[in-house]
Amino acid sequence: MSLILNEVNYYYGKGTNLVSHAVKDVTLTIEDGEFIGIIGHTGSGKSTLIQHMNGLLKPTSGGVYYNGRDVHDGSFKLKELRSHVGIVFQYPEYQLFEATVFDDVCFGPKNQGLKDNEAGLVAFEALRDMHIPPEMYYQSPFELSGGQKRLVAIAGVLAMKPDMLILDEPTAGLDPRGRKEILNLLSRLNREKHITVVLVSHSMEDVAEYVNRLIVMDKGSIAFDATPKEVFAHYKELETMGLAAPKVTYFMHQLKEKGWQVDTSAITVEEAKKSILAAIRR
Amino acid sequence: MLRDITIGQYYPEKSVIHSLDPRVKLAGALIFIVSVFLFENIIGFLVMTAFLAMCIKLSKVPFKYMVKGLKAILVILILTAVLNLLWSPGETLVQFSFIRITKQGVYNSLYMVIRLSYLVIGTSIMTLTTTPTRLTDGMEKGLHFLNRCKVPVHEIAMMMSIALRFIPILMEETDKIMKAQMARGADFESGNIFQKAKNMIPLLVPLFVAAWRRASDLAMAMEARCYHGGEGRTKMKPLKYQQMDKKAYGVLFFYLLVMIVLKVIL
Amino acid sequence: MGIMKAAKLVHEYIHRDDDGNVDHIETALNGVDLDIEAGDFIAILGHNGSGKSTLAKHLNAILMPTEGTVWVDGKNTKAPENTLDIRKTAGMVFQNPDNQIIAGMVEEDVAFGPENMGVPSQEIWQRVMRSLNLVHMEAYKNHSPNKLSGGQKQRVAIAGVLAMQPKCIVLDEPTAMLDPEGRKEVMDAVLELNKTKQVTVILITHYMEEAIHADKVYVMDGGEIVMEGTAREIFARVQELENHRLSVPQITKLAHELKCSGLPIPDGILDEEELMEAICHLS
Repeated sequence: MSLILNEVNYYYGKGTNLVSHAVKDVTLTIEDGEFIGIIGHTGSGKSTLIQHMNGLLKPTSGGVYYNGRDVHDGSFKLKELRSHVGIVFQYPEYQLFEATVFDDVCFGPKNQGLKDNEAGLVAFEALRDMHIPPEMYYQSPFELSGGQKRLVAIAGVLAMKPDMLILDEPTAGLDPRGRKEILNLLSRLNREKHITVVLVSHSMEDVAEYVNRLIVMDKGSIAFDATPKEVFAHYKELETMGLAAPKVTYFMHQLKEKGWQVDTSAITVEEAKKSILAAIRR
Repeated sequence: MLRDITIGQYYPEKSVIHSLDPRVKLAGALIFIVSVFLFENIIGFLVMTAFLAMCIKLSKVPFKYMVKGLKAILVILILTAVLNLLWSPGETLVQFSFIRITKQGVYNSLYMVIRLSYLVIGTSIMTLTTTPTRLTDGMEKGLHFLNRCKVPVHEIAMMMSIALRFIPILMEETDKIMKAQMARGADFESGNIFQKAKNMIPLLVPLFVAAWRRASDLAMAMEARCYHGGEGRTKMKPLKYQQMDKKAYGVLFFYLLVMIVLKVIL
Repeated sequence: MGIMKAAKLVHEYIHRDDDGNVDHIETALNGVDLDIEAGDFIAILGHNGSGKSTLAKHLNAILMPTEGTVWVDGKNTKAPENTLDIRKTAGMVFQNPDNQIIAGMVEEDVAFGPENMGVPSQEIWQRVMRSLNLVHMEAYKNHSPNKLSGGQKQRVAIAGVLAMQPKCIVLDEPTAMLDPEGRKEVMDAVLELNKTKQVTVILITHYMEEAIHADKVYVMDGGEIVMEGTAREIFARVQELENHRLSVPQITKLAHELKCSGLPIPDGILDEEELMEAICHLS
């Protein structure tokens, strides 16, 4: 199971005088079970790129292959692709529409052609995976708090049993605990259910802590595609793209300049702590 | 597709037309609309085209940009053309079995298409060169006399300018919600008309909720900035006729006169 | 009394069912006391639903207290005749940049407030240009707000409030919907106003980094003020903040972790320099 993007290009407004080349020659393979982060400045093409992954956008040139099959060859049903690759857009709570939380989560599975009771079953599972307390299942989604709405909206995509879940800034606007809760849930889905997770994020601290592969987009192209440690080693180049490394990484570099023998590749508080303690006790 | 609608979208530029008083432009649009329905012959058409071309040139808005507005009504244009072509009585020009095209039909469809496209281009010159606020200011002041008949002119004008500002935002929102629901397997294309209507619910409910939320946010933001109706309000750009506006009125009435004369004598 | 004061402020939202009967009462604010000095930079922290936005709306007379009193520049918000004066004194910037811009052109939007206040045209122009200069948006005065970035829109909203020449600005999660760059633009603008124009700033946020520069920080939870102090005092209480669903900036967290591991590092480290100094002090 893999998703391959091969030399994908995408232009907005082709044929008008306001053409913009939103995605440039992107080639990338996403393997089963990965936890990938995509970072990039606003307008770097991140959102356009992820819409190619479930066929919401068709590349102007280049191909998208799911399990070795060209998804745009005409025989591949896009609806089927969308059951395998789920996208949760920014502020997904704004897409809730049913009378109850439960019905809303059933919407996706029913569109897949599941019977009411089958859809109910997967909806229950998804709601449980998102830690929604059962007393909320039959409430109106509009009565929930912001963070809960967000979880319900993610459950709505999760209920379609995708192999791959793409989330565009799932933590935007939430408080620190809410952010952490969502990221921990996603990390669990990845570990326990082996769902591939692609996380589009603005927070370097979050990606440093959670993902094992980091893709950096700049002006429509992939600038880096490596482990977070390798990417953040290029913090000077990241800055020219309007990005940065986590704060602790900068601090480790400063310590090094002052002559401390610390590990400058530390990207989380935990790693930095260990390295500083080791350097001091040496 | 939704982004093609240029009507109502202000095009920033510094031109004579941009700087005219919105009341002049409103009157101009009105006179132009009248003239579009007055013209019946080639000379009238030429005068009208010349006038329109002059306005476009003076407005400095690229011609391409204006024509884009026509795309939105392309279906209506084609429909009008075909209907007029097929169902006009008169001298037969060509005939294939039951389809009969008459000379009158060709004229009619040509005239109607010209009328409609000129109508759209003419009115979009007004909206392209006038910010929604100025436009509604113009309406508010131009129609102020209606206040005496208890018409809430200020409120209507304010509503219109807000609506114009939020059209592109709601368009974008529609696009986003549609994509999000498609990612959940929603289908907005297939099925008969009833199924289609039912399939729109996942789009319409969130859209309505979003619009409602925006409206209440906006009302609060306006209140926080001391909005309390039209009473005691001043204007940053009060409307005052300049020399240029008077000249423009002159040109407009001259144009109207020419069109009327052409109509009467030819 | 400071420029803003709240005493025993209580706010209840009354939820009604379809028949108009009271379904349940939600207490959003529960006895809040607040006293803010003119010229200060105040940060109010709290998780989603802690009552901080409700509090903000009281400071601008958008909401009225269920119990208790709020005074803005000495005026009681409950008296209807004070409402306009209070809104002139305390301007307000909201979370969603799109839902607070009224006009279709930047300069016309900035003029909206002064127009409502009945300021003469000539002066409106001066105020608009001055306000746009203060947030460095003068180059965009003829633009449509739809074409601006989130950070730019939020700066236009701030200019719109500045044009009313308030003594005080209340910003209700102004950066929650922005990217890091937009967040920085807005914070820079706000800080500059506070420092150079002595405008009192009340910033409501759950981004901890934004509270570092505050003269005073309040933490809210469950409609009450649960912590109060300087940024340093507040950020020294890491565990307590986490219990209120908040966190501390990453460097503060690192310092705290090092301290917990036994290093003699002082509490409430706010930035890299301070931590560097503390660590270098060890050897």
